[in-house]
Amino acid sequence: MSVKSENWLDLCEVSEIPSQGSRIVKTPTGCLALFKTAEGEVFALNDKCPHKQGPLSQGIVHDKFVTCPLHAWVFSLETGEAQGADEGRVATFPTRIVNGRVEISLTALIEGKAA
Amino acid sequence: MVKQKLVVIGNGMAPGKALETLIELAPEAYDITIFNAEPRVNYNRIMLSPVLSGESTFEDIIIHGDGWYIENGITLYKGHKVTDIDRDAKTVTSEAGVTVGYDKLLIATGSTPFIIPIPGHKLAGVLAYRDLDDVDAMLIAARSGGKAVVIGGGLLGLEAAAGLQMQGMDVTVLHLMPTLMERQLDESAGYLLEKTLTERGLKILTKANTKEILGEKKVTGVRLEDGTELEADIVIMAVGIRPSKNLAEQCGIKTGRGILVNDKMQTNDPDIYAVGECIEFEENCYGLVAPLYDQAKIVGKTLAAKDTDGFVHPETATKLKVTGVNLYSAGDFSGGEDREDIVLRDATQGIYKRLVLKDNTIIGVVLYGDTEDGPWFFQHIKDKTDISEMRETLIFGPAYQGGAPVDPLQAVAALPDDTEICGCNGVSKCDIINAIDEKSLSNLDDVRAHTKASASCGTCTGLVEKLLALTLGDDFKPDAIKPVCGCTDKGHDEVRRRIVAQELKSIPAVFQELEWSTSGGCAKCRPAINYYLICAWPDEYEDDGFSRFINERIHANIQKDGTYSVVPRVWGGMTSSKELRAIADVVDKFDIPAVKYTGGQRIDMLGVKKEDLPGVWADLNSAGMVSGHAYAKGLRTVKTCVGTDWCRFGTQDSTGLGIKLEKFLWGAWAPHKLKLAVSGCPRNCAEATCKDIGIVCVDSGYEIHAFGAAGLHIKGTDVLGIVPTEEAVIEHVGALVQMYREQGHYLDRMYKWKDKVGFDYIVETIMGDAKARKVYYDRFVYSQKFFQIDPWAERVAGKEAHHFNPIEIVQPKAGILEPAE
Repeated sequence: MSVKSENWLDLCEVSEIPSQGSRIVKTPTGCLALFKTAEGEVFALNDKCPHKQGPLSQGIVHDKFVTCPLHAWVFSLETGEAQGADEGRVATFPTRIVNGRVEISLTALIEGKAA
Repeated sequence: MVKQKLVVIGNGMAPGKALETLIELAPEAYDITIFNAEPRVNYNRIMLSPVLSGESTFEDIIIHGDGWYIENGITLYKGHKVTDIDRDAKTVTSEAGVTVGYDKLLIATGSTPFIIPIPGHKLAGVLAYRDLDDVDAMLIAARSGGKAVVIGGGLLGLEAAAGLQMQGMDVTVLHLMPTLMERQLDESAGYLLEKTLTERGLKILTKANTKEILGEKKVTGVRLEDGTELEADIVIMAVGIRPSKNLAEQCGIKTGRGILVNDKMQTNDPDIYAVGECIEFEENCYGLVAPLYDQAKIVGKTLAAKDTDGFVHPETATKLKVTGVNLYSAGDFSGGEDREDIVLRDATQGIYKRLVLKDNTIIGVVLYGDTEDGPWFFQHIKDKTDISEMRETLIFGPAYQGGAPVDPLQAVAALPDDTEICGCNGVSKCDIINAIDEKSLSNLDDVRAHTKASASCGTCTGLVEKLLALTLGDDFKPDAIKPVCGCTDKGHDEVRRRIVAQELKSIPAVFQELEWSTSGGCAKCRPAINYYLICAWPDEYEDDGFSRFINERIHANIQKDGTYSVVPRVWGGMTSSKELRAIADVVDKFDIPAVKYTGGQRIDMLGVKKEDLPGVWADLNSAGMVSGHAYAKGLRTVKTCVGTDWCRFGTQDSTGLGIKLEKFLWGAWAPHKLKLAVSGCPRNCAEATCKDIGIVCVDSGYEIHAFGAAGLHIKGTDVLGIVPTEEAVIEHVGALVQMYREQGHYLDRMYKWKDKVGFDYIVETIMGDAKARKVYYDRFVYSQKFFQIDPWAERVAGKEAHHFNPIEIVQPKAGILEPAE
């Protein structure tokens, strides 16, 4: 992968992420989960559930939420906040789509720490 | 403050309530010790009838589980009968020799059933109806069917009789008086009750004086005074109760019929209190729960050193807890010159209502058939309301007061705030409404949990629901069918029905037509609907992997660390050196950390990295092995024993049949997992009798079992019947599986489906209706054409490769993505 600008890192074609599914992004600092909703929006989150470190990328995507495969905690893809009675938050990373390709904020990646 | 020592003798409903009150008011005041002659925790004794009839279980009627005692620091001696109270030393001693000192003592020894001392009353098989041991004894007797005679046609006797009948016994009730429940009902209501119970198959003999119980060692029958003899395998005596006062009497506490107490439940020894069925207050003894709870609250408050009003002998209302019989009575309804009656009868509906009036007030009420207005009348009895204004319409109840018939909700709205709604637990209308408001309760279960209203006998459930409806308005959905999830108010059955009826063939179509409240569903409804669509349209619907849990999407089982386990199919548990060698090679090649035999006669490789899955599968495939679907809501394993091939006891080729079944059934998705087993003889080495479907081979053929499980719940199987050939087994099992696939709610194991639709219905269809069986069987065979494809081989060939290929970010610029730590 190459760096297209100072701040954004190119990842893949939008079409390479299945609708209502995910791809794992391996970074030197850990894994990210790259989700695509039914409407085609793309979100990047740390791939570790704060509860028992379940891989969120393997969960079910519904609307703008994902349900963790281990114990069914639900997180907002937009804010990373746990929903309902559960408390916790997953780090989110800004993404954008340019000419059909997904890019992630490099600045945020460097500041934050993925799973 | 030094804690005082409180000892409680007895652990029934009254002392339970007293302690609840005490602990709420003064949690730190006492060290509490309870001696219970029964070897168990506190339970709801008035709910024994539903346990006997099989409508509830013991677990359902526990009031305080073991946890409650631990939480509140209470020492509970179960199965300890207290034999001595030493009032000078202030100690009590149990039969087992435990002695405990007290500062305050609460006697709650309850009552003992009255056994008429006629010849034969000590024979085995003569039972009272008092505690769970009696119920257990009756249930054991009922298991072998036979005949039961119940002596006593009062409240308890009739509940026992109805329960035994529901358990399959042939029951006769003997009642000394001319009409049933004469203490609570007038003759007309007694007649209606007798008629209802007779229609339901009970035999009732009134004016029947039992002379002798017959039998040598065990009961064989009873003889009446007029010489009539009745056969009986058990005899239940339910003629009344007596306060258990002996223990108190022995140590010099004043007693009459019961232990004498003042209006604070204090005996003549100021440190000793008594509560419940063992007491006598102003020449009254008590057997119904509402006044006992009143007493208990008074004791609780007094022990907590709080002010309380004294106990006042209350009017009590009576209900009969027999399913399908509605009767309600309260107050005084004997005739008299100064009394007037208002009577309403509706013969076709079996309704009888009678109000007894005196000086323009209601003093008694008897309702049969329609009892909803009972509490309203009862309130007017207690309030001594002047009813002259509404006299003409009084009998029609609150709905008709003020002219035109109004909505029944308005009638409940019109009840005064202190109207007692739940007589069992003494909960008033305002208690319930306040709880709904303050604790934001939204359904019946919540109200039961917080107020106990309708949590005992349940006959006021309708009133409590109306209060919920009044308080919550449209937000309350009475007896709503449990919705599939929070995205809809539709239940599973309706969703399934409409998928077929409206030919809905995609998840978005279901969401649209059934008006889902979310755009994309949730992790609960999506897998369910995906399955329902697969089942309804096997040839047309394309499975949506992203509506499946990860295990079914990836065809492996996710583990807690995010790795996977892989289980290849081992047909009928038979393997070979070639397969074992291939497994060993895979384990070495992919450095798999753990290998384990499963309970289903196969091998589990644990700790496989997701990216390695296609490689692992490719190697297993090339040795002829396919996915074992160990992750599937569908066929898992068919466990077998070695049958006639090797075993000296085997009656049929159980291994061969197991393999045939597994080859026939694999790949079929189902509401939940399906586990089978085939045992070669009734010794059942394959443990077929705790499986979803089990086959037990016998000389004459194959016994088909179903609806077992050995997971969260342990269920033995029920036998559907015997079939003569392997071909017949396969047809019956295929049809049964298809019926379950088409009717079961998603995530219901087979036994839960059976509980919902009924065992008889399934047996009649599968065993009794050859045509219906064939139709189910054919549909299953057709569906299998589309699902017997090895999912591993598909993925080895490249299907859904994105799952297994992560996007990698290598160092884009030196040093940019250094680990943060």
